[in-house]
Amino acid sequence: MSVDEANLQEIGVLEPDACDALIPSGAAKLDAQNVSAWFGRKKVLEGVSLVMEPGKVTALIGPSGCGKSTFLRILNRMHEVIPGAAVGGTIMLDELDIYDDQVSPTRVRKRIGMVFQKPNPFPSMSIEQNVLSGLRLSGATSDNRRELVEDSLQRAGLWNEVRNRLGEFGGSLSGGQQQRLCIARALAVKPRVLLMDEPCSALDPISTGVIEDTIRELAEDVTIVIVTHNMQQAQRVSNNCAFFLIEDEGAAGRMIESGPTKALFEDPQDMRTAGYVHGRFG
Amino acid sequence: MVSLVIVGATGAFLFWYARPALKAAGWWGFFVHSIWNPSAGRFGVGGLLIGTIMIAAVALLVAVPIALSTALFINEYAPPRLRRALVGVVDLLAALPSLIFGMWAIFALEPHIAGIAKWFSEHLSALPFFQLTDQSALLVKSTFEAGVVVGIMIIPIITSVSRDVMSQVPREQCEGALALGGSRWGMIRDVVLPFGRSGIVGATLLGFGRALGETIAVALVISLVFAPQPHVLQSGSGSIAALIATQFGEANAQARSGLVAAGLALFIVTLIVNMVARIIVNRAAKRGGSRIARITVAEAVDDMGI
Amino acid sequence: MSHQVITLPGAGHADVLSVTHADEPKRPRSWSRRDVVELLLSAVAAAGATGTLFVIMDWRSLVAATIWWFLLFVVIYRIEVGANHGPIVAADRMMTATIAAGGLICFALLVWIVSFVIGKGLPALRPGFFTQDLSKVGPLNPGGGALHAIIGTLEQVGIATAVVVPLAILTAVYLHEMKGRMAPLIRFIVDAMSGLPSIVAGLLVYTIWILQFHRGFSGMAGAVALVVLMLPTVTRTSEEILRTIDDGLRESALALGAPQWRVIARVVLPTARSGLVTAAILGVARGVGETAPMILTAFGSPKTNLSPVTSPQSDLPLFVWSLIRQPNATQIERAWTGALILVFLVLALFTIARVLGEASFGRSRR
Repeated sequence: MSVDEANLQEIGVLEPDACDALIPSGAAKLDAQNVSAWFGRKKVLEGVSLVMEPGKVTALIGPSGCGKSTFLRILNRMHEVIPGAAVGGTIMLDELDIYDDQVSPTRVRKRIGMVFQKPNPFPSMSIEQNVLSGLRLSGATSDNRRELVEDSLQRAGLWNEVRNRLGEFGGSLSGGQQQRLCIARALAVKPRVLLMDEPCSALDPISTGVIEDTIRELAEDVTIVIVTHNMQQAQRVSNNCAFFLIEDEGAAGRMIESGPTKALFEDPQDMRTAGYVHGRFG
Repeated sequence: MVSLVIVGATGAFLFWYARPALKAAGWWGFFVHSIWNPSAGRFGVGGLLIGTIMIAAVALLVAVPIALSTALFINEYAPPRLRRALVGVVDLLAALPSLIFGMWAIFALEPHIAGIAKWFSEHLSALPFFQLTDQSALLVKSTFEAGVVVGIMIIPIITSVSRDVMSQVPREQCEGALALGGSRWGMIRDVVLPFGRSGIVGATLLGFGRALGETIAVALVISLVFAPQPHVLQSGSGSIAALIATQFGEANAQARSGLVAAGLALFIVTLIVNMVARIIVNRAAKRGGSRIARITVAEAVDDMGI
Repeated sequence: MSHQVITLPGAGHADVLSVTHADEPKRPRSWSRRDVVELLLSAVAAAGATGTLFVIMDWRSLVAATIWWFLLFVVIYRIEVGANHGPIVAADRMMTATIAAGGLICFALLVWIVSFVIGKGLPALRPGFFTQDLSKVGPLNPGGGALHAIIGTLEQVGIATAVVVPLAILTAVYLHEMKGRMAPLIRFIVDAMSGLPSIVAGLLVYTIWILQFHRGFSGMAGAVALVVLMLPTVTRTSEEILRTIDDGLRESALALGAPQWRVIARVVLPTARSGLVTAAILGVARGVGETAPMILTAFGSPKTNLSPVTSPQSDLPLFVWSLIRQPNATQIERAWTGALILVFLVLALFTIARVLGEASFGRSRR
């Protein structure tokens, strides 16, 4: 085994069945360096460099179509699921290059979880099975499943509402509840980073509020990166912000500016950022 | 229901000409007994009915694994060019006439069948179906051989319907499974297959219906016996369709009436199987829509709650 | 050039030397070189084990050896990948191999069947086959041909096609374009008809046409049976073709003030033309090979019978069917040649249909 493999093994990425205890837990740092993206020959993202700090919430904002979601999906190697997709640049999860040849995408996705815009609980499984589904899919083990289910649902803010109906099917919940179920499901595999792609855009205001509370509570244990169209939401939940923009039609998206949320909104450095946060376009 | 009337009319014609034979054999007796002696007025296709079903059952056992794998491979694994090629292969398999399959079976497949059947009879004799009445029994022209050929013939229809159903699985669920760290097989196992489950069952039933009606390939392959034959590896099997095909040419009016009656029996059985299959497949295809409806309703109710 | 990362071991600093060419897209491949090596190793190991077994157990069947090889391969592969990568990846790879095998089996079967027919039928193929029939030739004598059968097929399938195609297109138009009140009923009938075993269709024509209407066996009766069998296929495919035509086309034509029938006749149908031709060709391919119903309707005959309405007529499938069951090498040889012609016909029709289908719709919809 080469040196790289030994290292990767220690981090628990390469070795099968590594007990969760061996894997460093807690929020991790994501460092994107000069990341670009293509769909086939079309470049859609250009040279994005961003540090997403551990234990903090980083919001990606900007008008639609600027590559925010593409960037997010690159972070957990979901971008390559699409045929013809390609990536340039480096992404470091703490000290690990997630695009290294030795690292399989499934391992990466176990460490970096994702919640989608449209809630997608598995319809053929019950609530409890949904929460545990990540274990089965990623090959993780757990000593106490009951506890894990309760713990995950608690962290997602859903436990009290479903504690008595864990056996019911996921489809019987409301939209907001389904989304929280998806959050619980993602949390059950103990990811170190959680990516959220406009998680509240399909939900009503009350559910949105509940989820925003959840995000704030989660941030200590899990680094969160959230894409949002809603500037007020970005200001409410995030510590840091990054503003994306497409200059011309057909050009690739770029990150214009990033920094602490307060600073970005109150005193943006770039004119275009100022234009967006003050609602002049978007 | 007008549709039932039309189906009934079809059945009625067959029935009319089947009457003489049915009268001779006894209405019930025709379907239960196993004998074929037209000149004596003794008819009974019971054994043949059982044989037909058995051949179709073996065919399913052969076809479903291959068809399902092929469907999954085409939908989830194959790159675009390979996908088009493989779809063409499956379609071509469906287009080949039954006659060709039968001829290929006798001359090319049969030698291998004997060997495989021998292996089964030696190693799996614990199962009653695989036993032989005596050790020197002929192991070709059996239910097993017919089942294998018919199985190959129904692969395309099972593949094609399964593919249709499985391709409708919502992308977001597949992505959800992958985002949790699942492998492609994990996604298929936990999302695609549960979604397609009832559709695949429907596809299987459609294949079963088709297998029940398979005539020429079976007629060429088996050696026809009228009594029910539980030993699937041994020579001798039953098939109503094969009976009609082989006996028709030389039959007199009375015998032909018997054949029409046999055809009636086959018609009823395949009709039922196909109708059930269609219902299941149609229901599976609509599933995605009904779930979304449920979400919206639950959400509306919930808005007033939390 | 890809980007390189050199990651240094555990304790202490991580020296990350990253040489990135941001303009060079990197496509992460799912099968690395290592994976391919693993696959080949397992395959070879399984082959070795099978070979040994083959010799020891004195097998003769290649098919059996292949089955055993595959089983051993899957087991060995699972164990090997499991040891290297863990159970999730192992299960995934094993299932990939198994599922791919399914597709491979289909392909292998097709190749086997077609090549077998060609191998058996080609040697006896001579020009005389197309110009003579079996009326003057005894079972043991050489010579003779399938002229009567070819004529029969041409007439029966020709008549059936002439009836089916217009009827099917009209039905498809009624179902999809006009969405008439009887549509669900008609659709049900079409569905039910498509599940009809071919022999039952033959029986139906026998009882209604031949017995009830006292027509007797004839090529025409055969054509009627073919209509019953071809109609659902061509109707269904035609309806699907119509469905692929963009509604915008219809709407803009209607918006220009054209009445619906004209929209259908001048806009929709011409656009769908090659697709509909494809549907027709596929229906013909099916009709050409039908044997069972023909036994009960056209009945077959060794003589060339130019008239499809008066007396029994042969056709290619009947020709093959009657000959293959006789215990006589000459007859069987003739049967194989007939089968070859049949396969060739089906292959040719199928290929034409496919080429037409892809040409008009670009990438196949499937």
